Amino acid sequence: MTSAAPAPILQSSHLLGIEGLSASEITGLLDLAEDYVKLNRAADKKAATLRGRTQINLFFENSTRTQSSFELAGKRLGADVLNMAVKNSSVAKGETLLDTAATLNAMRPDLLIVRHQDSGAVELLSRKVDCCVVNAGDGSHEHPTQALLDALTIRRRGRRFEGLIVAICGDIAHSRVARSNIHLLSRMGARVRLIAPRTLLPADADRLGCEIFTDMREGLKGVDIVMMLRLQLERMTGALVPSTREYFHFYGLDREKLKLAKPGALVMHPGPMNRGVEIDSDVADDLEVSVIQEQVENGVAIRMAVLDALSRNLAKGGRNT
Amino acid sequence: MTKRLAFRNARLIDPATGLDTRGGLLVENGKIADVGAKLFNTADPHDPEVIDCKGLVLAPGLIDMRVFTGEPGSEHRETLASASEAAAAGGVTTIVTMPNTDPVIDEAALVDFIKRRAAATAKVRVAPMAALTHALEGQRMTEIGLLREAGAVAFTDGDRSVANTRVLRRALAYAATYGVLVAGHAEDPDLSNGASMTEGEFATRLGIPGTPSAAETIVVERDLRLVELTGARYHFSQISCRASLEAIIAAKARGLPITCGVSAHHLTMNELDVGSYFTFRKVSPPLRTEADRAAMVDGIAEGHIDVIVSSHDPQAADTKRLPFAAAAFGAVGLETLLPAALTVVHNGHASLIEVLKAVTFTPARILGLDGGKLMKGAPADLVLFDPEEPFIVDPDKLHSRARNTAFEGRKFQGRARMTFVGGECVFDRSRERKH
Repeated sequence: MTSAAPAPILQSSHLLGIEGLSASEITGLLDLAEDYVKLNRAADKKAATLRGRTQINLFFENSTRTQSSFELAGKRLGADVLNMAVKNSSVAKGETLLDTAATLNAMRPDLLIVRHQDSGAVELLSRKVDCCVVNAGDGSHEHPTQALLDALTIRRRGRRFEGLIVAICGDIAHSRVARSNIHLLSRMGARVRLIAPRTLLPADADRLGCEIFTDMREGLKGVDIVMMLRLQLERMTGALVPSTREYFHFYGLDREKLKLAKPGALVMHPGPMNRGVEIDSDVADDLEVSVIQEQVENGVAIRMAVLDALSRNLAKGGRNT
Repeated sequence: MTKRLAFRNARLIDPATGLDTRGGLLVENGKIADVGAKLFNTADPHDPEVIDCKGLVLAPGLIDMRVFTGEPGSEHRETLASASEAAAAGGVTTIVTMPNTDPVIDEAALVDFIKRRAAATAKVRVAPMAALTHALEGQRMTEIGLLREAGAVAFTDGDRSVANTRVLRRALAYAATYGVLVAGHAEDPDLSNGASMTEGEFATRLGIPGTPSAAETIVVERDLRLVELTGARYHFSQISCRASLEAIIAAKARGLPITCGVSAHHLTMNELDVGSYFTFRKVSPPLRTEADRAAMVDGIAEGHIDVIVSSHDPQAADTKRLPFAAAAFGAVGLETLLPAALTVVHNGHASLIEVLKAVTFTPARILGLDGGKLMKGAPADLVLFDPEEPFIVDPDKLHSRARNTAFEGRKFQGRARMTFVGGECVFDRSRERKH
């Protein structure tokens, strides 16, 4: 069976962040992902979109859930997927990032999924390889597929972005999830509020076009979506926040604080959760308000859409050069 | 039944409103019910309890923003109860306690302990400050939000500066989250390490290691930059030299949310008062030069220094009857706060109402307390005093458990006759036993 080549969705041959994406690119990815949600719910989950393509997951920072999601996405689209265990690789033996890139490039992959602890590392790597690169999270910079899956989850719950009020709560300063979501939601016409103690707010956060709140109760008033962020354990021990109990008391999402949001407001969390630190189990496990499980399901679909869209930009003969 | 107490024939001074007039004041159920020039002028009040003030000053009770006690942990030096006796005798109706106790007040449960002990044993109001960092170690911020909910009025490491700038920056930023007040002691711990008095000719002659006043000003200037960065409300607990004051004046002109205090010691004494190794005048920061002392007086007169504190710090023989360099810092001061502050008035540098403002209304405003004013509805925390009454400080007549006053034998004018907290008389000098 032959059909016309599918229309391109993305301008670039990499997905390094949300910041450079247009509203139509975002919408294009979300529309494509809708199809993959349906496919993933079918008995036969296999497509042939990426048949013959090679995808390498290169995770310099451990993340079981994101890596599995990308792996599943690639396999369902028919790609050959290789997980590079960086811990056991030559990186551990002192190889530089760029040497690793050159080595991998020589293996001629088509898609490279990279997670790295340093902001900007994925972009640096993308300049040295000939394949499509997807940023699976770099330092405190961006995590574009997380923001896209959050957007897909919001849209599939029937919410329109225009005029939507979204509160992002917690460790904004160190969060790549927050940054990607701020870019995406603002680009799509939503109003973003940031809620955190001043020690967890980045400098000049208001310049990102967000409203800033240090009082969670004030910040939650009338919001449509509450996005909780994970508080890293090392930040809780007196350096930026005095203790987990104080954090939960003032910034943990519980039933009482959630009542201040708009009736029917949705609760999101990128996972993994710290129950009793940033979120009360009572809220996290309430399927009426919590869409945390849907986020995971939509994550696979959005990553399939991203891989599909990027592969459309690959040269017919294989790689870009 | 309504409990009433009437004052007539008083010289009413209210620094909150600028009121300075002959008149009367009525207390009902512990609060000021009425006050004014015409009150009880013509007709006698038909109340059971009437105090004829005979023209003496009736003013809001003093609020002392810097008081160390020994409770918990060093009760042999001072308890909340004994500190409150000294406060009442000094016309002080609210003491703001420092967290430098054993254990350090760095947990909500300990703030609660201080409040309960104060309610059970103290004659005056006790407003506790809590530690800014755990165990005053300057490493990890305390649970500022929870401590505030427990009743801490401000956050401080007491007589210590937070040396680590990054820790202080984060603590200030976190404090700004809740809009709470941070009070800082300005003394660079490395520059002042091992020093016992201010650096200069006199310390050289005594052979005592000195600390330069720059050790204070460096920290003042550093902290001002961090306030600018974080937006925290900040109070310099006490400054002692001209250069620090100049830095603060400039910062206030830039609109920073800062205030500062000076101790009664630094208004009335200079480095020469250390005399022949008088350890009761070893205080932190140390007594400075005469030019610095004069600058502190000007600071009060011009309103650049906001409050006067006693820096009451009870020490016993075990920590003070030692060679100068080995002795502890600190002197008691609750009973001499008002007399020492009044020297600024008697010397013609500032008006009585301006000086009273620095020990009543302004500390109340900085701390967000109800008192410090003669207004309807305010708590009836009052001091009745004769601003002219001469006396000589006799350590044996002090009410504090510790007697380490820096003012032994000093001649002052003006001291409390009667003190009232919530309309109850907690001190009456006419009932004091004569020595």
